[in-house]
This record gives sequence, structure tokens and C-alpha cells, in this order.
Amino acid sequence: MEQTNSDLKPNDARTDDWTARLHRATRATREDWLGRGISYLCIGVIILVVASMLWFITSKGIATFTQNHVNLWKFISGTNWSPNQGQIGALPMIVGSFAVTFAAAIVATPFAVGTAIFMTEIAPNKGRKFLQPVIELLVGIPSVVYGFIGLAVVVPFMRHLVGGSGFGIISATFVLFVMVLPTITTMTVDSLRAVPRFYKEASLALGATRWQTVSRVILRAATPGILTAIIFGMARAFGEALAVQMVIGNAAIMPKNLISPAATLTSQLTTGIGDTIDGTLPSNALWSLALILLLMSLFFNALVRLIAKRGQLSHER
Amino acid sequence: MLKEYSFEKTAIQTFADNVPLALRTEDMQVFYGSNHAMHDASLSFPKNQITALIGASGSGKSTYLRSLNRMNDGIATVTGKIWYHDVDINEPDVNIYEIRRHIGMVFQRPNPFSKSIRENIIYALRAEGIKDKQVLAERVERSLRGAALWDEVKDNLDKSALALSGGQQQRLCIARSIAMEPDVLLLDEPCSALDPISTVKVEETLAELRKKYTIIIVTHNMQQAARISSQCAFFHLGHVMEYTPTATMFSNPQIPVTQDYISGSFG
Repeated sequence: MEQTNSDLKPNDARTDDWTARLHRATRATREDWLGRGISYLCIGVIILVVASMLWFITSKGIATFTQNHVNLWKFISGTNWSPNQGQIGALPMIVGSFAVTFAAAIVATPFAVGTAIFMTEIAPNKGRKFLQPVIELLVGIPSVVYGFIGLAVVVPFMRHLVGGSGFGIISATFVLFVMVLPTITTMTVDSLRAVPRFYKEASLALGATRWQTVSRVILRAATPGILTAIIFGMARAFGEALAVQMVIGNAAIMPKNLISPAATLTSQLTTGIGDTIDGTLPSNALWSLALILLLMSLFFNALVRLIAKRGQLSHER
Repeated sequence: MLKEYSFEKTAIQTFADNVPLALRTEDMQVFYGSNHAMHDASLSFPKNQITALIGASGSGKSTYLRSLNRMNDGIATVTGKIWYHDVDINEPDVNIYEIRRHIGMVFQRPNPFSKSIRENIIYALRAEGIKDKQVLAERVERSLRGAALWDEVKDNLDKSALALSGGQQQRLCIARSIAMEPDVLLLDEPCSALDPISTVKVEETLAELRKKYTIIIVTHNMQQAARISSQCAFFHLGHVMEYTPTATMFSNPQIPVTQDYISGSFG
């Protein structure tokens, strides 16, 4: 069918028709609105849930300071945790949480990076076929199982090795090491795989050895990703409650060494939450611990974003 | 439709005994798994000359080039002999890292490291164990001058190499290779990602480098081959069909498949 130019040009009589025609809603525009509406609804619900959780934890968490008039500094720096006697110094749990988190990350990182290098650079085929599923399996094991193994194996082992009860920071570190290892490893593998092939090629073509290439080019380029992996591992360790509670001994006292019973923010929360009455100081104090946990996870998140931004800058080409 | 050409009739130039050769391959075969990608490639490369490898995509010219400094190790199986200073460097017990120091390579896409210009050049020197700052500084200047980049970057040696233009990046990659003072420089379509002006600069650089190095360059661009090379090898579907002086190849190709490629019937 032939159309001449004049057919397409609206003449005087048809101008209004075209205005109406090009402005009316059709099936396409209605679908568009519907789709947009559904996704706005979903995001709205999510935002509402997250915001109310934040508000809830914050309002409960600060009640210790606003209603019970506990001094914030005393809460953070006090070492005596006896909420029933009105003493709520949270420092032992803060120290405990940071101790197990950093110790687990420090121990796990070399193993994780070594495994990731093996999986990507040394034996990529075995890595993909054999190690990848094993590590993914480790991620999926519930934390209570890790805690149970810790209780049945690690704690007695430590008891024999160094004496004492066997419960303590070192047992918690060991259990967390196994738990964060797969997290750090898989994310490091991803970041090593994401290093552009041409970096490796360029290095090899210059006569650099495989090890020089890995250590000076590939690891260097993957550093932001590896740091992110470590932080995710730390976030997991920091937030882990059950497995830690089963092996750390749950004594809310300042840890004097790595083998005496201690507590973390999370373990103290799970231990104490059943014994308190809502609205009283012991209950509010636990909410304050939860608030610290929340703030720390926000901090970990911010750190990851910061590193990602820095990493992007150095990869631009 | 691509015509079927016979792989039997080839025109491969050899050189007289008194022509010094930098590199020579003998019956080189390359396999990617069961895919036979390169058949019986036997070519000789005279010293201090530019040899161009031309042919359509998938003709095996890059595969051939990458085999010369063992960059295909772990990717493809390469059989046959590669003679370099009377040593067959395709033997498995040859030190591949040493080979690559003598036979450098520049890739299709400029691939500087995400480091400063200076760090890019001294990377390989450091790996070799050179630590003397004086020596390193000299090598940086000499190789940047060699790649005709010195005047453009001498005040910004600590700037990120990624801030350079594509053409500058590629010349930096050339500088990085010649910092190792190799004998042979392999270039895999070094100008295909560059604009015409950058291309001219790289070509001028290569013409200058020819005095010190033997250059083997894969190019898609027949005009480029005609401009810079002394001899030209034409690859077709994994076979070397013709290897003649460049002037001969473009004015008087010896066999039908080369004639058709040169005249633009395919490719």
C-alpha cells in the first residue's frame, strides 16, 4: 500500500484528531503504568519494613539512655555487666565481638586467598569442578551445625591442648574461621576471575613468571574485591550468634586471655533475651547491644561501598 | 560465497644462506583441542626487517604469531620447530620466561597495567631483578624515546597509564616491550583499536624500531602491510599460502587465492 506524504501530514481538519490520538492511553501505556505501579508498591513495602525495623531497634536501644538515664560513655566503657543490679557496662561484649571477628578474619584471609589463587590460576578446571561445589556447600551448612561441631570437637581439643574449660575466644575464632572461610574464598575467587585477562597476558608476554604475574598484577588488581570479601567475612563473623554462643562460654566479663570464657554482643543477646521483662533496664540494655550490632553492620556496609568506589576509579580505562 | 581454493599450490619464499634470520618455523601445527588451526607453517624471518602477516579473520595469523613466543602454552597444542639462535624453542624444557624476554609481544588492544607510566615500564625490569634507580631511569627514558612517547609524557611519568589516549597507551606497550631489549617484537594487530592519526604514529615508530629489532606484525589492514613491511605472508584458513616481498605480493600475487584477497573479493 502506498502512502503519500500528504496522507501523513495532518491537514487542518484532522489536526485535533491527531492531538487526541497521540495523547490517549493505549494498552501499551496502561501496561507501563501497571508494571511501574507494582514495582513501586514492592519497593514501598520493603522501605517501610526496613525503616520501621531501624526505628524500632533505635527507639528501644536508646531507651536505656533516655528512660533509664544510663550514661552512654559508661555503657560503652564499663566492664561490669550485671543488668539486674543496674550495672550495664558493655565493653566486655564489644571487645569479645571485635576480638573473634578480627581473629577469624586474620586467620581465614591467607587460607581464603591461597585457595582462591589455586582455584583461578593454578588449577582452574579442578577449581571449578571440585572445589567450587565444596565451598558452596560449606556456605550452606547451618550455623548450629558449626556450633555443634565446635562444641563436640574444638572445645574438648582446646581443653586438652591448653587446659581450662576449653570455652573461650580461641574456640569461637576457630569455629568462625571455618564459617567465614567459604564466604571470603568465593568472593575472592569472583574478584580474581574479574581481573581482565589482558593484564595477565601483558605480564606473561613481558617474561614475568606465573607467580610474579599473580602477586604483582592479578592480586594487585583484585585488591578492592579481596578487601570487600574480607569485610563481608567480618560482617558474617560479627553477626554470628548461635555457633559462637555454643563455644565461647558466655561469661560477660572482660576477656583476660584467649582461652577463658567470654561473650560477644550476639551471644549475650541470645543468652539474655529470654530472661528479661520488656520495658525494664535489663531488656533495654539488650536492645542497646542490638543497636550497636546494627550500627556496626551499617559501618561494614559503608566500608564496602567506599572500597567499591575506590576500586572502580583504579579500573577505569 | 567463499570459493574453494587448493591448499596444495603455495608460493613460500625462502632466503639465501647469507641472509641472517632472527626466527624460523618448521612445519608448525597448532591444535585447539581437536581443531587443527594451523597447518605446516614454515616461514623464515630475516633480521631487522618488518614482516607482515595478513589474511582474513580466522585465517590463523594471530594463532601463528602467539605460538612464536609460546603465548599459546596452556591454550593450544603447538608442534613443529621454532628456531631461534639455532635452538628449537618449542621444546618443552625451554625456559618460556627467558624466551619472552627476547621475543616481546604487543597486543591488539592496548593493555597497560593500572599503574603509573614509569611503573608500567619498569615492571618487567624489576621482575628480572634490576633495582638500581639510575639504571631503571635510563631504561625508562630510552624505551619511551624508542617508542616515540618520551616528549609527550616525560613530565608525567608518575601519572596513571590509563589516563593516556589509546594511541599513547599502545606506544607505552611498545615501550614496555622494548625496555626488555628483545631481539624480536611480535605485534598482534597493534593499530586495529586506534584512530588513523595514532596509527600513523605507531607506524612511524615501527619503521624506526626496525633498525634495532626484527618485527613481525599481524595486520588486518592491507594498506598498512604495504606501507611498512618488507615481506608479507598471506594466511588462509590455517594455511600459509604465499610469502613474498611485499611489493611482489601487492603488484603480482603468485596464486589465485592471494589475488582474490588482495583485490578484495573476500576478507
